[in-house]
Amino acid sequence: MSLPSASSVARPHRKPRLDPRSLALIEASVIPMGALLASALIFSLFLLMLGKDPIRFFSLVWTGGVASSFSIQNTLQRAAPLILTGLAFAVPARIGMTLLGAEGALVLGGLASALIAIPMMLGGWPVWLGLPIMALTAMAVGGAWVGLAGWLRHYRGVNETISSLLLTYIAVAIMNFLVEGVFRDPGSTNKASTMPLGPDWRVGDIPGTSVHWGLATGLIIAALLWVLMERTTFGFSARIAGGNLRAAQAQGLPVGRLAVASCAIAGACAGLAGFFEVAAVHGQANASLAAQYGFTGILVAFLARQNPLAVVPVAFLFGALAASGGLIQRRMEMPDATMLVLQGIIFVTLLTSESLYGRLPFLSVSQAGDRT
Amino acid sequence: MMKTLISRRRLLKNGAAALAASTMPFGAAHAADKITIGAIYVGTRDDFGWNQSHAAAMDILRQVPGVSVVEEENVAETDAVAKSMESMINFDGANLILATSFGYYNPFVLDIATQYPGVQLRHCAPLWNPDTDPQNAGSYFSYLNQAHYVNGVAAGLSSISGKLGFVAAKPVQTVLSNCNSFLLGARSVNPNATVQVIFTGSWSMPVREAEATNALIDAGCDVISCHVDSPKVVIETAEARGVKTCGHNADQRDLAPNGFITGAESNWSTTYKIYADALMKGETVPNLIAGGYHNDMVMNTPFGAGATPDARAAATAAIKGLKGGKPIYVGPLKDNTGKIVIEGEVDNYAPELETMNYLLEGIIGSTT
Repeated sequence: MSLPSASSVARPHRKPRLDPRSLALIEASVIPMGALLASALIFSLFLLMLGKDPIRFFSLVWTGGVASSFSIQNTLQRAAPLILTGLAFAVPARIGMTLLGAEGALVLGGLASALIAIPMMLGGWPVWLGLPIMALTAMAVGGAWVGLAGWLRHYRGVNETISSLLLTYIAVAIMNFLVEGVFRDPGSTNKASTMPLGPDWRVGDIPGTSVHWGLATGLIIAALLWVLMERTTFGFSARIAGGNLRAAQAQGLPVGRLAVASCAIAGACAGLAGFFEVAAVHGQANASLAAQYGFTGILVAFLARQNPLAVVPVAFLFGALAASGGLIQRRMEMPDATMLVLQGIIFVTLLTSESLYGRLPFLSVSQAGDRT
Repeated sequence: MMKTLISRRRLLKNGAAALAASTMPFGAAHAADKITIGAIYVGTRDDFGWNQSHAAAMDILRQVPGVSVVEEENVAETDAVAKSMESMINFDGANLILATSFGYYNPFVLDIATQYPGVQLRHCAPLWNPDTDPQNAGSYFSYLNQAHYVNGVAAGLSSISGKLGFVAAKPVQTVLSNCNSFLLGARSVNPNATVQVIFTGSWSMPVREAEATNALIDAGCDVISCHVDSPKVVIETAEARGVKTCGHNADQRDLAPNGFITGAESNWSTTYKIYADALMKGETVPNLIAGGYHNDMVMNTPFGAGATPDARAAATAAIKGLKGGKPIYVGPLKDNTGKIVIEGEVDNYAPELETMNYLLEGIIGSTT
C-alpha cells in the first residue's frame, strides 16, 4: 500500500491529493454502496406499489440478519458457502473468463468427498487424516471439473460461459445417477443418498456458535486468493491476460496455463464448499447438494467486483438477506419471491453502476493504474 | 394471560421430563390459550401439489381460535431449514413446527428437536424412530394409495378405452403403491383395464412431465393420473388434449374444468387439528399419526365434469368400503414380470406393503 506509484511521481505539478490506490479503493467502495442504496430505493418503490411498508421490510432484514446473536449466526451460516462459490466466480473473472461452473464443482466435489470417506470410514482410518483427504479430494475433483472448461476455452476455443454452465448440468446429472444407482445407501428409501458419515466423520461448528468451519476456511481462502491475485506474479499475469489477451501473449505470458489454473482454483473453491456441505451439513451426498449456492456466488462476486476480499462482506450481505427472508415471509405475508426481486434489482443496479467507474468527478482516477 | 396448569397425569407419568419441560415458557405440560404453529414448505404454497396440500390444511388451522399460524415457503433441504425452524422458535415463539418435506428430517429436524426440548417438531414421512429419536419429534403420514384406489375406480368407469396413463416421479415405494392401487381400483370395475406408467426420474420436472403426458395420450390412454410433486402441468396438458384426468396431492379441479374426474388428496387438517388440540389442552402431542380413509387422513377431490354417473356411484361406494377396512390388495397378485408378489388378502396398513418394489400385472412400464 505504501509503495509510491510511478504515475503519481510523474505528475508533481498537480495539487496534493490521495494517492491513486486510495482513490481507487474509495471509488470501488462508493460505487457499489451507492448502487446498493439505489437498489434499496427502487425496491422500496416496489414495496409501496404492493402496499407494503419499506421501513418495516428493512427493519425486519435488520432483525433477522443482524440484530441478535442468533441472527448473526444465521447470516454467517448462510454466508459460508457463498464465500467459497463467490471466489469461484471472482478468480477466473480476473483473467476475463465468465464461469458458471461453481454449482457443478460443488456438487461433484461434495459427492467425491462423501464417496472417498466410505472406504476410509470402513477401514478404520483416523479422522484427522480422513477429513483432510476428503477436503483435498473435493478440491481436486472440483478443480478438474471447472479446469476442463478453462482447457476447452483456451485449447479448443469453446466459449467458457456456455461450457461451464453445461458442465454444471452434467455434474448434477452425474451426481443423481451415481447417488440413485451404484452408490445409493439401501437405507435411503425415498431420498437416494450415499452412505451416511458416522458422527466422528463430521466437521463440527466453530466453538460457541452454530456456524460450521466452512466459514473460517472461506475467510482464509479469500485472504490467500487476494494475496495470490494482487501480490504475486501469477495474479499480475492473470490480470494482464484479463485486460488484454494479445498483449499478454506478446509478452510471452503462459496464457493457456493461467486460464486453466484460474479455472482449477475456482473449481477447487467450489469443491471445498461441497466438502463442507457434505461433512458439516448433510453428512452424506444427495440431491440437496444442488442448492443454488454456485449460482448465488455469481451475484456475490459481481457485487464484490471480483475482489476476493470484498467477496466476504458481500457474502455476509446475501447471507443476511437469506437469513431474514423467512421472517419477512412470516411477518409481512409476502412470498419468498420477494427476496429474489430484491436480489435481481441489486444485480441490475450494480451492473449499471459499472459505467460510473472513472466518471465520478470528485474521484478523478485517471492515475488509478490497472484497477478494473 | 397464559394458564399455567400442570397436568397431574403427565407430571406423574413422565416425572422429571415433565418438570424440565414445565420450566420452558411454552412447555408441553402447560395448557395454553394461545399457541403458535409453524409450517415449512420446500416449494411454493400455491403449487397445486404437495406444498399446497399442507398450506390448505394450515389455512383451516388458522380458523381455530387461539391458534396462530406462521409459514415459510421455498426452504431448501439444507441447513437453511434448521435456521428457519430456529427462527420460528426465537422470533415467533412457535410451540410446534411442521416440517413437510422428506429431506428436512435427518439431520435438521433431529438437531433442532435435541436443541429445543420444549418445542414439538413433527415431520411428514414415516421416519421417526421411537427408540433413537428425540421424544419431542415425531412423524405423520397418510396412506394416499387408498385415495388413488378410488381414483382408479372412477377412472376405470370414466375411460372408454380402458387404457389409463400414470406419470410417475421416481420408482420408490410410495409412488409404486399409488400406481398399483390406481390399477387395482380400475380393475375392480373393469378387469381389462391397463395402466401405462412413465417415470420422469424427478419429483419436479415440468417439461418431462408434459412430454410423458403427451406420450401416454399418443399411446391411446384416455385418462391420465400422476404422482409428481405438482401435478399442474400433467393435468393442464391432458386437459388441453381433451383427455380426462385424476389428480394427486391437492385440489386440481379448477385446472381441468372439462376432464377432471377426482383426485387423491391427503387431509392434513385432521392431523393438524389433533396437534393443536393437544397443545391447547396441555396434553402430549402424539408422536406418530398415520392413517387413511378410516381416520380421515385421506380424501378424494369432489368429482369434476369428467366423472360419469357410474364412476361417481362406484367411487363413493369404494370410499365407503375403504372406511370399513376393505382391503385393496387381494391375492394372488402377480407383478408385471409374472412373479407372484401377493398371496392372500393384505390389510391396507400391513407393513409388508411398505417394501413394495414392483409394478403389478396390468401395468405397462418398468421400475428400472
